[in-house]
Amino acid sequence: MKTIYIMWLRELKRYFRSKSRMIGSLGQPLLFLLALGYGLGSVFQAAGQGNYFQFLVPGIVGMSIIFTAIFSGIQIIWDRQFGFLKETLVAPVSRLNIMIGRTLGGATVATLQGMIVFILAMLFGFRPDNWWLVPVAVVFMLLVALLFTALGTGIASVLEDMQGFQLIMNFLVMPLFFLSGALFPLSGLPSILAGLTIIDPLSYGIDSFRALLVNTTHFGLGVDFTVLVIVTAVFLVVGSYLFSKIEV
Amino acid sequence: MENIIEVKNLLKQFGDFTAVDHISFEVKKGEIFAFLGPNGAGKSTTIKMLTTLLRPTSGTITLDGHNPAGDPEEVRRSFGIVFQDPSLDDELTAKENMEFHGVLYGVPSKLRKQRIEELMKFVELWDRRDSLVKEFSGGMKRRLEIARGLLHHPKVIFLDEPTLGLDPQTRNHMWTYLQDLNKKEGVTVFFTTHYMEEAARIAQRIAIIDHGKIIAAGSAADLTKQTQTASLEEAFLKLTGSEIRDEESSATDRLRNRAKMMGGRRR
Repeated sequence: MKTIYIMWLRELKRYFRSKSRMIGSLGQPLLFLLALGYGLGSVFQAAGQGNYFQFLVPGIVGMSIIFTAIFSGIQIIWDRQFGFLKETLVAPVSRLNIMIGRTLGGATVATLQGMIVFILAMLFGFRPDNWWLVPVAVVFMLLVALLFTALGTGIASVLEDMQGFQLIMNFLVMPLFFLSGALFPLSGLPSILAGLTIIDPLSYGIDSFRALLVNTTHFGLGVDFTVLVIVTAVFLVVGSYLFSKIEV
Repeated sequence: MENIIEVKNLLKQFGDFTAVDHISFEVKKGEIFAFLGPNGAGKSTTIKMLTTLLRPTSGTITLDGHNPAGDPEEVRRSFGIVFQDPSLDDELTAKENMEFHGVLYGVPSKLRKQRIEELMKFVELWDRRDSLVKEFSGGMKRRLEIARGLLHHPKVIFLDEPTLGLDPQTRNHMWTYLQDLNKKEGVTVFFTTHYMEEAARIAQRIAIIDHGKIIAAGSAADLTKQTQTASLEEAFLKLTGSEIRDEESSATDRLRNRAKMMGGRRR
């Protein structure tokens, strides 16, 4: 228990200390939110889909969560390169607890980042459909954050160094984001694209945010929840296994 | 005296490269043992296997009665280690690094506080306890790591070139403390170094490894007698030859260089 707590605390301390990282990682979501939100708003409206800004905010919240979460998971590579990983690996505690602590810490950070984007969006005029559902949405944010932190941890456990990092960004994170329906509605897509969005776990995350924040859903909240829980569990198990096999 | 470390026929291969080639040795409880060898001889690989970080290809290790490959958690309780490369969290303060270690090793909080203060005063970093480690010089980091490795009062402490980059004052200070700890608490000290006079002065027994094989073992006096030389340094050169060895750059070095190129932006 103490191991989990101290690993979690470390992630949070690091997050709150690097203000530049905190602010830097808000830039991209804000740019998407403002440029696309206002830029495409009239087209979206003309197509009879309603208010694009309201539609987009849950997507951008999801975007900041997946980016922060995968980055947090991938930090293991840095820890490996700069030695700190060894310190945790030779400690007489179970690697499972180390992994859980790290993942919870990373997920907490990613959720905070998502909430900051949510609050910023409100400053620009976003209003949730039902205030009472906002705390439930935060729980889903945490679930999505856990899912992707575990994924990042698993990937980082098998990567030797940062060489593969660009690969992950271009062939994993970006596709996950763009195919998640963060930017466009999932209904009426060409069948290949529709197929891809269905296997993207982030689609269910963002759909759940939309269900809770702006009261529109594609899959239904029950399906979202089931898929997210199952995928998170699988990633946690696989991530823990890969983490337990690390040798330095 | 009983043995705290027993190594039999230990082999480690990376692909078709043999880093450690069927070595056997033992370290007695309460002994100060030096493990010497040129760069790339297999010292660090052996330490990694002893400390559960690498699985041997074959052979057996017993550390305080347990097998690092089969029962890593039990083994991890018995030793402390100061790595050759830094292993601190730069984004935490010196004291936070110590506390983190204490919690991981289950040192009770009262004792933890007391020992952290004692050890940090000893390495003269107590005044800088609330500074972030990234502001520290190489020598300061080293001192902090040594203090951290001793925090949980291990039965065996492994030190992989602990004095590299330290000035003579700090080195002397550190060995005095370790010898003291060794006498008072019977802590077994297992270290590697490139300073031969240090090994000769501190270690009760020395093993020399080269090309993955142990080529000589005994006290400094035994080794000089055996090679008919005047000092351990000469004995070492006679045993291992005098050509210069190069270690291949590790992934870590490559990344460090890249990080430097990126203007030191590391995280």
